[in-house]
Amino acid sequence: MLEFRKDIFADERDDNLHEIGQPTQRQDMLGHVTGTSPYYDDHRFSNLLHLKILRSPHAHARIRSIDDSAAARAPGVKRIIRAADVPVNLNTLLSLIQFGKDDEPSLASDVVRYKGEPILGIVATSERAALEAMALVRISYDQLPAVFDVEEALKPGAPSVNSTYPKNTFEYYNKYDHQKLRYGDVEAGFAQADVVFEERYQMSPIEHAPTETNGSIAVPDTNGRFIVYTSTQALFFSLDTSAKINAVPSNQLHFIGGTVGGGFGGKVDTLTEPLSILAARLTGAPVRYRLSRHEEMQFGSPRGGERIYIKDGIMRDGRIIARKVRAYFDSGAYTRLSSYAVVKCAAHIPGPYTIPNVSADVYCVFTNRTPATAMRGFGVTALDFALECQMDKGAVAIGMDPLEYRILNAYRDGDMKAHRREAKNCALIECAQVAAEKANWPLREEFRRMSSLKGGGAVRGGGTVDRTRAPAPAVPARAPASMPQRISYERPTPAAPPPYTAPPAPPPRSAPPPPAAPAGSTHGAPRFSSVFGTRRR
Amino acid sequence: MSISVKTFPRLADAAGALSQERGARFLAGGTLVMRSVNEADPSIETIVRSTDPALTHIGLSSGRVELGAGVTMAAILAERELSYLHPVARIIGGPAVREAATVGGNLFAPPPYGDFAAALLALDATVTLAGGFGQRELPLDELLNRRERGQTLVASVAFRRPADGTFRFVKVTRVHPKGAAILSISAQLPLSNGRVSGARIAYGAMGPAPLRAKAAERALEGRTLDAAGIAPALAVAHDGTSPTDNAIGSAWWRREILPIHLRRLLLGEQNVRHS
Amino acid sequence: MKTPIQFRLNGEEVATFVEGGTNLLDALRETVGDLSVKGGCWQGTCGTCTVLVDGSPRLSCLTLAETCAGRSIETTAGLRRGPDLHPLQTAFMERFAAQCGYCTPGMLMAAKALLDKNPNPTRENVVDAIGGNICRCTGYEPIINAVLDAARSDSRRRA
Repeated sequence: MLEFRKDIFADERDDNLHEIGQPTQRQDMLGHVTGTSPYYDDHRFSNLLHLKILRSPHAHARIRSIDDSAAARAPGVKRIIRAADVPVNLNTLLSLIQFGKDDEPSLASDVVRYKGEPILGIVATSERAALEAMALVRISYDQLPAVFDVEEALKPGAPSVNSTYPKNTFEYYNKYDHQKLRYGDVEAGFAQADVVFEERYQMSPIEHAPTETNGSIAVPDTNGRFIVYTSTQALFFSLDTSAKINAVPSNQLHFIGGTVGGGFGGKVDTLTEPLSILAARLTGAPVRYRLSRHEEMQFGSPRGGERIYIKDGIMRDGRIIARKVRAYFDSGAYTRLSSYAVVKCAAHIPGPYTIPNVSADVYCVFTNRTPATAMRGFGVTALDFALECQMDKGAVAIGMDPLEYRILNAYRDGDMKAHRREAKNCALIECAQVAAEKANWPLREEFRRMSSLKGGGAVRGGGTVDRTRAPAPAVPARAPASMPQRISYERPTPAAPPPYTAPPAPPPRSAPPPPAAPAGSTHGAPRFSSVFGTRRR
Repeated sequence: MSISVKTFPRLADAAGALSQERGARFLAGGTLVMRSVNEADPSIETIVRSTDPALTHIGLSSGRVELGAGVTMAAILAERELSYLHPVARIIGGPAVREAATVGGNLFAPPPYGDFAAALLALDATVTLAGGFGQRELPLDELLNRRERGQTLVASVAFRRPADGTFRFVKVTRVHPKGAAILSISAQLPLSNGRVSGARIAYGAMGPAPLRAKAAERALEGRTLDAAGIAPALAVAHDGTSPTDNAIGSAWWRREILPIHLRRLLLGEQNVRHS
Repeated sequence: MKTPIQFRLNGEEVATFVEGGTNLLDALRETVGDLSVKGGCWQGTCGTCTVLVDGSPRLSCLTLAETCAGRSIETTAGLRRGPDLHPLQTAFMERFAAQCGYCTPGMLMAAKALLDKNPNPTRENVVDAIGGNICRCTGYEPIINAVLDAARSDSRRRA
């Protein structure tokens, strides 16, 4: 049952909800239960051809030679599609908004960089005929050393994965090999802290595994255009990407999105449309390119694995005085959307907590794995896992209840965040208090009285540590470098918590000049300005 | 190249076609063969089937059970006299798979599948092979170690009905209620004056085929089924196993948890569903 | 080499030709034109393609089409009686038992197989009945509740 706590922030609310909180039926639910919701594959054509892709069996290899002559002659085969047939055979998804350099071929020609990378297309009258022809293709490879670990990939001498980014990191603004956040002085903070500890968090890549695999059907239309039925989550994105790769004006393509049979971010990469369209252009017939389940797992992007180091410095009264984050996103062999994930991660650090000294370095790293992309809050969800585990460990280290620890350190309205924006509409404290109430988790009175509306607001810049405090009594030894994995939620004997006070204002500094407007801005670019660093004034 | 399908009313003729036709594969329930056909496995050119009623026959005479190779898991579940096999049949795939999966097909299912075959091993089953030369019977153990594919056509399996309460089974999976095995253990534990006499223990997913844990069986002989009694058997639980890594679990993990689940099974502990 | 097959689909006689080795999923979608059956894995691991063959749930992607000659096949397209929805369909709607909807046809048929044989299932029966069907969206609880609702409403109607 949904409960509305309208007592909280009551004076900020215009309380006339008509939709939120009322059950509303999905507009496609009747289609779902009658089997009539139209997925991309729910269209039939008498002369449909099938595109199957021959993929690299190696993580990293040079292609020495390809002999597809027997395959081209095989029964049912209408056309072989080679790298040279692709009009624009290098792309990156975010080139549509001028972010990043083209780095990924639709069909590999000289080097393959991950197991499953597409090399050759076979268009035939049936899937079986295409697969049987594929078995006749002879490719010889020279295997190359491969790298699968994000930190190994950054070491000097590591195999270079992506020739567009030869040092194995994405380049931001053509200059920086990572995203950087600096606020205050973390080293001074650690020196002052009573407890300092660092942990390493490691995520696995996660496969979306939608019940419907990625696919598209490209159909020649009566007036020289192509209709494309696609599983994509991102219709216009896919249309523009396909237009670029096929070197046709976008008005030549008519994209009709199907009900997406599960996406979760796994259907944003325009995996099948460019080649199904090319196949339709080359054969003059409707062509379906549908990923098998095995291809969906191997070739379809995962959310990349992330490695995150977090080092915290905590005062004995429970305030986090410094947080240093080093994070590596495993983008796999090509960028796809990982460059954006890293920006989101950097924007999310240090989590919803007011910390006067913050440092973060976040890298988008290339390895010889399946290229990674969006999935369910990518850039943020894994980081939150790491941050909140770190918060639990910090609570244990400092001997504080984990919920009280969070309430103590949470943003309040008016606090300055590490990104130099003022915190507004904060509500973590109230959420934690209500959650504690629901879970019968005891909070001390002082913490039940804390509020997002109280105690924040001192402007900070380059702040270090509160020097007005009396020096702490003899502190216990610093926490061991490695914390036990399991957190015990036994309640430590609490010391009286401090009242929340924001650290004092720093000496005034002149505001930095506003950045110049970005050059060559076209449609679409301004919408992402706040993410990619330009400012709307 | 298209596939031809040949259906024979007599199993012996199907066996003949299997050995004569190029690229012939016998289709029982289809859970293995149709997957390969869908993936255009080039080794399959002819699908051979049989509608011989002997294939789906369940024979229950005094103490002896005979199951046609085409008997499905669903048919096992529908037969009250085979209730001791229900825990095994019930956890082979989901309901739709159980309508198709057959006793014979399970004998050829590669790891991590083949739990019904492991159960049959623990029941000391023999298999009857169909061939143009007539029928031939051999121990299931021997067939599993040979495992020549495609050309061996199993007509039926047979075993002695186990005494009540002597057959035990556990399948350790990540997903419930169905899931491929991290491992399975089948055991027939006859008791004579409270002591084990002639135990049979078989593992699934602990090697290239279901296998008998013969060292553990020997170590149980004459022992009681309590913590002290089973200790020697647990000490040799791994003998003969050679698990490999696959998507379901690693060889290391399988080795780690095997003795734990064997102990629970031998002590009769219930509710051992989780890995 | 095309083989003729004839079977009953949702109560209607259907006759068609299939290539040797064609599975029932492809036969239904590509040849007969019943698009209510969906394919998710073509390996028998997801259950999306579940149909009823002579009342029993079967994975159509693993079923050789010609083995269905003379049999009675039911798919989601045949669930409703004219304009009236089957109780399972109504229950799925009311319990929000679908999001992307792709697993729904398979879930409905697996559930129907259960209710046709056991009109009064326990929750455990329902969990087992859909145990071969993967859903990536709902977390299964709404589906289980919908099937139990449908059983209850069905028994009320028959009472």
